[in-house]
Amino acid sequence: MKKIIFIASLVLCSLYTFGQAETGDILIKNGTVITITEGIKENTDVLIRNGKISQIGEGLDAGNIKTIDAKGLYVMPGIIDAHSHIAIDAVNEATNPNTAEVWVGDALNPYDINIYRALAGGVTISHAMHGSANAIGGQCETIKHRWGVMDPDELRMEGAMRTIKFALGENPMRVHGERNSIVPATRMGVEQVFRHAFEDAKAYTQQWKDYKSGKTKVPPEYNLRHETIAGILSGEIMIHCHSYRADEILMLMNVLSDYGVDKITFQHVNEGFKVAPELAEFGAYASVFSDWWAYKFEVYYSTAYNAAILTKNGVVTSINSDSRELIRHLYHEAAKAQKYGDLSDNEALRLITINPAIQLGIDKRVGSIEVGKEGDIAIFKEHPLSVYAINQYTIVDGVVRFDTNSDPNDMRIDIDPEESIPAFYEEELHKCGHNHADGCLQDVHFYNLSYRK
Amino acid sequence: MKNCQSIYKVLLLLVLPLMLTSQQVEKSKSGIFLLKDGRVETVYEGLIDADVLIENGLIKEVAETIDHPGATIVDCKGLMIYPGMIDSGTKLGLAEIGAVSLTQDHNEIGEFTPHMQALTAVNPNSVNIPVTRVNGVTSVLAVPSGGRFPGTAALINLHGYTPEQMYAGFKGVVFNYPSTGKRGRWDRRSAEDIKKDEAKAKKKLKEFWDKAKLQAQLAAKGQTKYNPQLDALIPIVNKEAPLLIEVNQKSDILSAIAWVNENEVKAIFTGVAEGYRVADSLAKYNIPVITGPILSNPRRSSDHFDAAYSNAGKMQKAGVKVAIRTNETENVRNLPYNAGFAAAYGMGWREAFKAVTIIPAEIFGIDDKYGTIERGKVANVFVSDGDPFETKTQIKHLFIDGWKVPLESRHTLLYEEFLQRDPGVKE
Repeated sequence: MKKIIFIASLVLCSLYTFGQAETGDILIKNGTVITITEGIKENTDVLIRNGKISQIGEGLDAGNIKTIDAKGLYVMPGIIDAHSHIAIDAVNEATNPNTAEVWVGDALNPYDINIYRALAGGVTISHAMHGSANAIGGQCETIKHRWGVMDPDELRMEGAMRTIKFALGENPMRVHGERNSIVPATRMGVEQVFRHAFEDAKAYTQQWKDYKSGKTKVPPEYNLRHETIAGILSGEIMIHCHSYRADEILMLMNVLSDYGVDKITFQHVNEGFKVAPELAEFGAYASVFSDWWAYKFEVYYSTAYNAAILTKNGVVTSINSDSRELIRHLYHEAAKAQKYGDLSDNEALRLITINPAIQLGIDKRVGSIEVGKEGDIAIFKEHPLSVYAINQYTIVDGVVRFDTNSDPNDMRIDIDPEESIPAFYEEELHKCGHNHADGCLQDVHFYNLSYRK
Repeated sequence: MKNCQSIYKVLLLLVLPLMLTSQQVEKSKSGIFLLKDGRVETVYEGLIDADVLIENGLIKEVAETIDHPGATIVDCKGLMIYPGMIDSGTKLGLAEIGAVSLTQDHNEIGEFTPHMQALTAVNPNSVNIPVTRVNGVTSVLAVPSGGRFPGTAALINLHGYTPEQMYAGFKGVVFNYPSTGKRGRWDRRSAEDIKKDEAKAKKKLKEFWDKAKLQAQLAAKGQTKYNPQLDALIPIVNKEAPLLIEVNQKSDILSAIAWVNENEVKAIFTGVAEGYRVADSLAKYNIPVITGPILSNPRRSSDHFDAAYSNAGKMQKAGVKVAIRTNETENVRNLPYNAGFAAAYGMGWREAFKAVTIIPAEIFGIDDKYGTIERGKVANVFVSDGDPFETKTQIKHLFIDGWKVPLESRHTLLYEEFLQRDPGVKE
């Protein structure tokens, strides 16, 4: 019997290691290395061993390992997108204003071609988010773009901070108030959804404390929704909140202050520029679009100078995609913060590297080129902030996942042999008669109907 | 210290009136303008050192040195002078806020409504217009959308108080060619259903087209009754005006080419997302193309990631006349970046720049007035500190129809108001 258990555990162990992501060794020679945190190093080599950056310097010799000649090229940290919905099969559990119990990590799809297309634009990590139908949406998953893996678990960035989606304003108001006549129908209602949820979680935590200390004899009923919100109160889960208007941003910071929550990243946050000093004082982060606006009323009073104003007021700011199209050229989106507000090269590149890493709680591991950090690298021809920049290689954990020199047309890994109709979507061209529909409302039933005439 | 305070107060008094009007865009100025000591982009042959004189809305002269005592001098030393960019497919002026349906004026009810005039619904005071023009886009085609023949598009300059003042001399009926693609991820129609829908759509199309031909014959004899739908097609049937045909998928493009040849239509194809797959056919039949957005996803999951980036360049190299559009509303301002990506992915700078200036002017038959900086043309001109496709380049001066247009928009005004808010960040 013992022997069987031993063998069984051996098998389990090997399965476990099988599920571990592949790492690699690679030497990148003679590039212009944009470290983000330690300046620009000309004509410098970067050595990655076992998926980690082990050495940065001139004339490194690593023996007989894969070598990339980056002479004349720009070597930068892998780009990080703090807001996307690629690589997941479901976005919105739009059935309740609070669905903290659901997790997009249960719906990961490693076959999504958009992972590869993001890699082609130098993006190595994205934050696969729940949608914005609910004031409290589901939990999100930070993934590494290990294109080619079949096991959804291998997409996860192991040990990344847990995050959850919140949403303010029109989306939860429309989905719940306007459609189902339940709270929230207004921004007043949205506030109360949060206060209610935090109170429930506090009471729930107390019940378990009482039970564990012997004060009560009967264990409370397990409730994953309260359990998750309690994780926010304990600082284990960080909020990423879909938001647009200045007033609602202030509201949420007030609510969080009342419950002692000090970690939050505001997503989109189109009117963040109006309350940049308040955001800075709270220590809140902002993850914005480069220039999206006017696609709905709550983004009509926007400015493309948002990222620059936030940055100059001391708010840790990133530029995200929220789109399987924009995620392919975040380097170009970052450059728009130079057009609109004159940020320096490094300030602009921080918006898509170390800043989103900070917002996802993974900045000790990725987001810059430093010894000891993970080997996630993008190598560009022309400066990445130039409109003429073209990505040559994208490396994840020391493994080349995109190489422009061996890049066939068809990169699908789940070809349907019975597919007789080309998957040709007019939608891509005439998206809702509008190019910037809110990606955050995918899977909400009425969405297609109401936006499409 | 006291001195400082009073200086501050005086400054505040001076600035206050400006602050109070900060949500309005400053007025444009008319007059005679002399752009001195800049480098002028000739479109065909690169930059030359030249002065440009603007008078009565037109480019009066382009020469190595111009002197004009009455002119307002615009110092262009170290700067470049470019013809205004033309976006050959947008909803600008016809739509204000995406999700607010009553601000959408591009999509009328009905399948056959070619008589709907985009120019009628252009809002000269759309907040989107200043936001667009400050990036060097001076003219756009405002295009209706929706049914099979959703209406008549109009080319407008991005300055003026009435649609008539903005009108830039081209109108074109829009025709959405029957598509055999899936309409979205939610489209669960089988191949058979799609074929049936296509046959139905083509049958209806034929009926409408036959009626239009008959209407044209009757009109020639002066025997028509009031029928605005069919009347709108008479110039198309008579080959006096081009038809803007929106078509994207390979098989649909080939089908549209056959339809154009069969019906002897003067065609301009728009969209043409898979043009690179049939570029030789487009070139063979001399069909000009307005393509874009370049910044878009490939249409099939089996496509190369840069299929949309490289499409314009591939068609152009095959001999197709290619203009670039954004198909945008509030972000038509990204036209130079769409062209920049096309340039980077195979088209090259010069052809990409032509695709947003002289080529659309040629396609619309207005190249005698637009598309380059030449004597006698309309003064749509911008001055920048570098390559207009390069993201960080700043526009320094802007002229539309000879007006010197302020470089202000909602976005710049909000920047000025909020960059250093008071009270600001606590020390």
